Amino acid sequence: MSLTKADLTEHLFDELGLNKREAKEIVEQMFESIKESLEKGEQVKISGFGKFELKDKEARPGRNPKTGEDVSISARRVVTLRTGQKLKERVEAYAGTQPQ
Amino acid sequence: MTKSELIEKLAEQQLHLPHKDVELAVKCVLEKMSRALSSGDRIEIRGFGSFSLHYRPPRVGRNPKNGEAVALSGKYVPHFKPGKELRTRVDDSKEKYKIKF
Repeated sequence: MSLTKADLTEHLFDELGLNKREAKEIVEQMFESIKESLEKGEQVKISGFGKFELKDKEARPGRNPKTGEDVSISARRVVTLRTGQKLKERVEAYAGTQPQ
Repeated sequence: MTKSELIEKLAEQQLHLPHKDVELAVKCVLEKMSRALSSGDRIEIRGFGSFSLHYRPPRVGRNPKNGEAVALSGKYVPHFKPGKELRTRVDDSKEKYKIKF
């Protein structure tokens, strides 16, 4: 099962005793604030977690993998996450047996 | 924007909640997300994106100092895939705002 906004809201209710409405609001606003920053060209650095970075990609020729048709891929701005050291180490310690 | 600036921004919007509670809430959410990923669970935030783990198979690496071969075991690394809304919003504003480094 995936972790969702509803689970995060529930977690704030259980852990901090925020009421459900407050908890929901804060979870929504947290992701909305990050989106707003990125939209304005500001990268977002969350220490201990990672950095949401922006990259401007140039236009390039591409191909539709299904039909083999040539298509042009326009210039675009994309978001990437560069995971922080702390989270990287915690994830590496995960000895999962089944690749996702 | 940094984590503390994010907390400031939210505290301004959440006028009825004490600053300390907003700070705790943000840290609590991030800890829950980190814990989910480090136990192999996916995260799906509608409109924002999804976080999952990608497997990196074992490989032979090199010690950059002396060039010696070292066996590296397989591992998982976090991967973020931006959601449609985030992708569109960021791309649509690329002419309006330069990336601030």
